[in-house]
Amino acid sequence: MNIHKEKDLLLKIRGLRLEAFADDKWFEIVHGVDIDLHRGEVLGLIGESGAGKSTIGLAAMGFARDGCRISGGSIEFDGLELTSTPRSDLRALRSSRIAYVAQSAAASFNPAHRLIDQHTEAPIHYRIRKRTESQEDAIDLYRRLRLPNPEEIGFRYPHQVSGGQLQRAMTAMAMSCRPDLIIFDEPTTALDVTTQIEVLAAIRDIVDQFNTAAIYITHDLAVVAQMADQIKVLLRGDEVETADTKTMLDTPQEDYTKSLWAVRDFRREQKPPPAADAVPVVSVKHIDASYDGEIKILKDISFDIYAGRTVAVVGESGSGKSTVARVITGLLPQMKGSVLFKGEELPPRYQNRSKDQLRQAQMIYQMADTALNPKSRIGEIIGRPAAFYGGLKGAALKKRVDELLDLIEMEPKQYYNRFPGELSGGQKQRIGIARTLAAEPTFIICDEVTSALDQLVAEGILRLLGDLQDELDLAYMFITHDLATVRSIADYVVVMQQGKIIEQGPKDDMFKPPHEPYTDLLLSSVPEMDPEWLTTLLEERGVDSPGDAANL
Amino acid sequence: MNSFIIGYFALLIGASCVSVYYKHRTAFLLLFSLTLASFIVGLIGGEAALWRITVAAGIIAAAAGIAYSFREFLTITLPRNAAKEIKTAPLTATFGLFMIMIYMVAAVFAPIIAPFGQAEIVGAAFAPADETMLLGGDQLGRDMFSRLIYGARNTVGLALVTTILAFVGGTSLGLLAATKGGFIDQALSRTVDVFMSIPSLIFSLLLLSIFGTNIVVLTLVIAFLYVPPVFRLARAVAGNIVVMDYIEAAKLRGEGSWHLILREILPNAAAPLIAEFGLRFCFVFLLISGLSFLGLGLQPPTADWGSMVRENSTLISFGEIVPLIPAAAIALLTVSGNFVVDWMLYRSSGLKK
Repeated sequence: MNIHKEKDLLLKIRGLRLEAFADDKWFEIVHGVDIDLHRGEVLGLIGESGAGKSTIGLAAMGFARDGCRISGGSIEFDGLELTSTPRSDLRALRSSRIAYVAQSAAASFNPAHRLIDQHTEAPIHYRIRKRTESQEDAIDLYRRLRLPNPEEIGFRYPHQVSGGQLQRAMTAMAMSCRPDLIIFDEPTTALDVTTQIEVLAAIRDIVDQFNTAAIYITHDLAVVAQMADQIKVLLRGDEVETADTKTMLDTPQEDYTKSLWAVRDFRREQKPPPAADAVPVVSVKHIDASYDGEIKILKDISFDIYAGRTVAVVGESGSGKSTVARVITGLLPQMKGSVLFKGEELPPRYQNRSKDQLRQAQMIYQMADTALNPKSRIGEIIGRPAAFYGGLKGAALKKRVDELLDLIEMEPKQYYNRFPGELSGGQKQRIGIARTLAAEPTFIICDEVTSALDQLVAEGILRLLGDLQDELDLAYMFITHDLATVRSIADYVVVMQQGKIIEQGPKDDMFKPPHEPYTDLLLSSVPEMDPEWLTTLLEERGVDSPGDAANL
Repeated sequence: MNSFIIGYFALLIGASCVSVYYKHRTAFLLLFSLTLASFIVGLIGGEAALWRITVAAGIIAAAAGIAYSFREFLTITLPRNAAKEIKTAPLTATFGLFMIMIYMVAAVFAPIIAPFGQAEIVGAAFAPADETMLLGGDQLGRDMFSRLIYGARNTVGLALVTTILAFVGGTSLGLLAATKGGFIDQALSRTVDVFMSIPSLIFSLLLLSIFGTNIVVLTLVIAFLYVPPVFRLARAVAGNIVVMDYIEAAKLRGEGSWHLILREILPNAAAPLIAEFGLRFCFVFLLISGLSFLGLGLQPPTADWGSMVRENSTLISFGEIVPLIPAAAIALLTVSGNFVVDWMLYRSSGLKK
């Protein structure tokens, strides 16, 4: 970073320490982190959840969340020491010179006001611009961020705009006062791969055009590789290493960084196709489904799932992939078609299915937080299906739960009496897996099981699921939008768009060209570790509508 | 200038200075504004007014002292988990707990504590307080103190039974409506809407005049009146819970409604329901007192705080505070109950700084 002169230094953090309040005590969560950020430079902060990335990002504005405090170190923003600045000055500074883009734009916009009114609030309040002037500027920014209908989109309410557009509108809002520093806190984590590209391209352009400095917080390495000039890896509140992007990607120094890089290499070989006369465990035949009886969410869906094999159902949100799972489980009775289980037709409504039919097909949920009863102990959660289906009681039940906990690689004694709230995200997901296994199923639906988890933890879950499949000959239906997961675990891939199956086939065929245009778009939208990836991709697709190439 | 006034102001000013020195700003503001107020009150009301302020301050200090010691006492004696909760409780909550405990002792051991029976005529009507009758006699010459103690048993006991009945009914129906949905939900909710549209006091008067006023009818009528609001709350709380994935998982497992309601939903809905229980208890209590005041509650000679206020109300015009003592008992229990409930609400809402 010798191209930057000393006087260009915008943000200088030295020995930053943060404390959080829990159980009547303050304990340290960030143990002395240094950051140097120059004008026009983008710093990527990466790490698992709990590494303190977001907390550090907020501290760069001199802000600490409720229940947190800055306990030591200095934060110097353009020569001003933020830790000792009065609150009112900090507030003025935050809106006009430092801006923040949150993870969920949908939750961060006020649903009761139009986008442009929220956009112009800060410039008007701090008398930086007049209303009309600020509105013109907003429209200009919307145009630069390539939002459709820039003249008109600002006059809509947040719910009338799609998620990716909202995230761009939020970036525009962050630019409204032309800040010197923007903090992006996982701005694309909640978005599909195709939408993610639009937002990434927009953010990168706007940062370039106005020579703004940025801190980009994410747990996705490939994304940070596209955005950042410098990367800082964090682990449990400590800095692991810092280097410029190229060096960091090519020659990581620390073991932890290497392990982060290695996650993407996990891959299972595709299994041989099932014998020609084998009966599929689950067979979906010409399913149509609808929530209101009029608009069809699913149109003529058919695919087979064989024992010991994994079928991945891929598509963006709204493509109907979760609805397929609801039809198979019987939560949403289909309008037409049938679901066969080992050649026998299942009743459409789950209420009409026998206990054994229910037992055979189990489901693992995306959000382990909401999938486990927070007021039940782990032993009860896992024990219930075993007691319910198997009729186990007392010592036999206890033994079965211990077996299951061993199976998911958790120490039975330690976890038996805990509540879900006392476990980490990955552990909760493991408990969810154990609960499905307790029913001794032959078929498991995995609904985005890894998308809420960090990469290292997610990899552990995928490995566990793979091992269990080999051991128990389970059939999986994997619902996901993450193609890296598909690549690592699937045997057979089904691509869905707008309720229809676009293409299906064995994994090895699907990842080889030629594809359907939509499959191609999905595949090419997955960020790669090459820092030049986004630039190359945008050149190929044409700059104007990187994500709209889908509408061919 | 007597020594009391000099001591009074010396103490206040001294305490103000000390609090400034140790940088307790709120304590200082409180003490010094009290000092300024005392100058004015003293000029207008003279020494007597200052005495009253002193007594009031003394009572508040005593209450705070009791609450503080009681909290320490509970922290030491209770098992570890409960002690941890109590330790962080505000003083108001422990004061409330302490008062509720006193009421419970009075209710349980009423025959032992009370020197006379509740219907026993001891002296002359409206007899002044003396050694045998601690608070004097009522309009028939019965001992006020004994009746106050028995009143704790009758009024509080009735309110507790009634509230429990209302909660068992309302919660089970509410959770059932939320779990089943569809027709059952509609039928139950609309029925409840109909009952909620009738003003509760008028409705209770109507029901009581139809069925008569014995204690069983009274309990059932008041419990019935409080089922609708409890139903609505339970249904609303459960409505947010039934959409969770763990409920869906349990449904897909093929669990019956009974298991869903008792094991999956109720534990997660318990916190707001318990808080609501505390509030409803106070309302029921006030309603019973109100009905007794109208002559439709507990029938004489059963001691009941509401009717005690009514029967002795003529004394108020003579400047006696005797009829206000049962009213104060009601007020104190209501306030204590609300202190405890506030604390529980605070805990369940997770608003921790």
